[in-house]
Amino acid sequence: MKLTDFPDSHGHFGPYGGVFVAETLMAALDELRVEYEKARNDPAFIAEFEYELKHYVGRPSPVYHAKRLSEQYGGAQIYLKREDLNHTGAHKINNTIGQALLARRMGKKRVIAETGAGQHGVASATVAARYGMECVVYMGAEDVARQSPNVYRMKLLGATVVPVSSGSKTLKDALNEAMRDWVTNVESTFYILGTAAGPHPYPMLVRDFQCVIGREAIVQMQEQANRQPDCVVACVGGGSNAIGIFYPYLAHPGVKLIGVEAGGSGIASGKHAAPLSAGSPGILHGFRSYLMQDENGQIIETHSVSAGLDYPGVGPEHSWLKDEHKAEYVAINDDEAMAAFHDLCKYEGIIPALESSHAVAQAKKLAPTMKKDQIILVNLSGRGDKDINTVAKLSGITL
Amino acid sequence: MSRIGQTFAALKAQNKKALIPFITAGDPGRGMTVPLMHALVEAGADIIELGVPFSDPMADGPVIQRASERALANKIGLKDVLAMTAEFRKINTTTPVVLMGYANPVERMGYAVFAEAAKAAGVDGVLTVDIPPEESVGVADVFKAAGLDPIFLLSPTTPESRVELVAAAAGGFIYYVSLKGVTGSANLDMDEVAQKIATIRRHCTLPVGVGFGIRDAATAEAVARIADAVVVGSRIVNEIETSPESEVVSRVKTLVQDLRRGVDAASK
Repeated sequence: MKLTDFPDSHGHFGPYGGVFVAETLMAALDELRVEYEKARNDPAFIAEFEYELKHYVGRPSPVYHAKRLSEQYGGAQIYLKREDLNHTGAHKINNTIGQALLARRMGKKRVIAETGAGQHGVASATVAARYGMECVVYMGAEDVARQSPNVYRMKLLGATVVPVSSGSKTLKDALNEAMRDWVTNVESTFYILGTAAGPHPYPMLVRDFQCVIGREAIVQMQEQANRQPDCVVACVGGGSNAIGIFYPYLAHPGVKLIGVEAGGSGIASGKHAAPLSAGSPGILHGFRSYLMQDENGQIIETHSVSAGLDYPGVGPEHSWLKDEHKAEYVAINDDEAMAAFHDLCKYEGIIPALESSHAVAQAKKLAPTMKKDQIILVNLSGRGDKDINTVAKLSGITL
Repeated sequence: MSRIGQTFAALKAQNKKALIPFITAGDPGRGMTVPLMHALVEAGADIIELGVPFSDPMADGPVIQRASERALANKIGLKDVLAMTAEFRKINTTTPVVLMGYANPVERMGYAVFAEAAKAAGVDGVLTVDIPPEESVGVADVFKAAGLDPIFLLSPTTPESRVELVAAAAGGFIYYVSLKGVTGSANLDMDEVAQKIATIRRHCTLPVGVGFGIRDAATAEAVARIADAVVVGSRIVNEIETSPESEVVSRVKTLVQDLRRGVDAASK
């Protein structure tokens, strides 16, 4: 079996992935698997998905040669895949359109979603409005307080935002609550999962919907640079933007793939969200993957300046790519990400999401070690408008 | 025959149904669990379901979530739950104990290591909510080899075609989740439950227990009329949560005695 043929029919990427859910969801996941299998082989479904990506999202997103940033970093040429220019400001919309089309095809009139920073929640509320569906978004009470503009955006788009006050009151608890809603309303409801994680078939279908990023980049790099990059860098929380750009590049073995996790206050501090760098395999949220856990198998709290990376697990395919040495995973801490955030603002006139700033920070480390004719392609997964309050606060400024 | 099998056989001989109360280990305090287990037996429990606390109990409603949080605040892990079972076994060698929890604490300990330790502690069955039969290759067999009954769930959404698959992997009894939803949900439709149990019995010879939505003697009686066992969780955990600590044991005992009367009324 080739690496790109995974997952197997049971949703396994080697030892990772799978379907670790309570019995009540088994039939729904099976229905989704069967329906997705039909949809992916249905030219009409693919055509509609592509039409929406082009006319509603604004794809293809550009690949941009960040010349001033490259000069500043003094080494390899840095190119940015501009997912920040998509409608709603991030890569998340690629996936929510795909899943909303699946929901419609399955006759589900109600969609639910979990969200951390609110980007996936906004992208879900957006497509629910676009296709006329009821939308309920679960969001940790802590995140509701931290991300009030996105909460209001979701409400403007007609969604109901439910604050979740259990556990650590963040993304993982929002996911627990969305799963509980789904168990209760499984026949009427489609769960739009936000990242390439969760029980099979979610990691596969989210990857497939996000692969448009990598497929476009391969064409665009050839056009602009007449070659493919030496390495591709993407941030990894759940890992959907990263797998979206990595997966098509797996067929290009000369291209090094680097996933960047949230190092928080530093790996040594224990305050981070880097399961691939410092966690161990376990089972959470329906799948087996690297996790942040204690010696009793309890999930431990994560820390990152970026709410979108603040998750104790990671998509199972990344765990597999790590073990198979097909991709390398590193951690960038909060300070490094913040510095890269300011670099991109200052030298390129682009305000990046704090999540994406982690990938830029890794490029900053790598570029000086490479030659000037080498290329780093950074997946700039989202724009940073949502983060200006956080950045201002960290800079001691009150807006 | 396992202790669970013996229990069901003995009840059947007396034309009685089983009452299976659930508590979360370590809730409300570390030292309360073993006394509560003995109290459950005195009040008429046939099998005890002991919840293993987990940080992310995805299939549980707010009542059992909070019990899990209280237990975790008391630093209760899987090893402590096994130690509590061993402590219980010093006095009680007949009442089966089923551990109910989520995959990751067991995965972390290692399935074979856990199975051996659980058997040694006196555990009889294990229900890991988020390991369906499809993922239990190398798990259910390991449990069975160690002499533990792997308990599996069936739900209202389980298609008839899956019942056989689940039954083949299962031991001890089948746990039918009577509602779509999380633990602690309300409103049981008895006709629907009865129909589903009839379907299950066509494919499975194991006793069938029913849980979710049973909150008093009347619902316990209604369920006992159609099932082999009545599982009550959230209602008991709610009693633990709302009782002053000095009254927890006595109030839980009173509640379970009442449930017992309901279950027994079904056999009259």
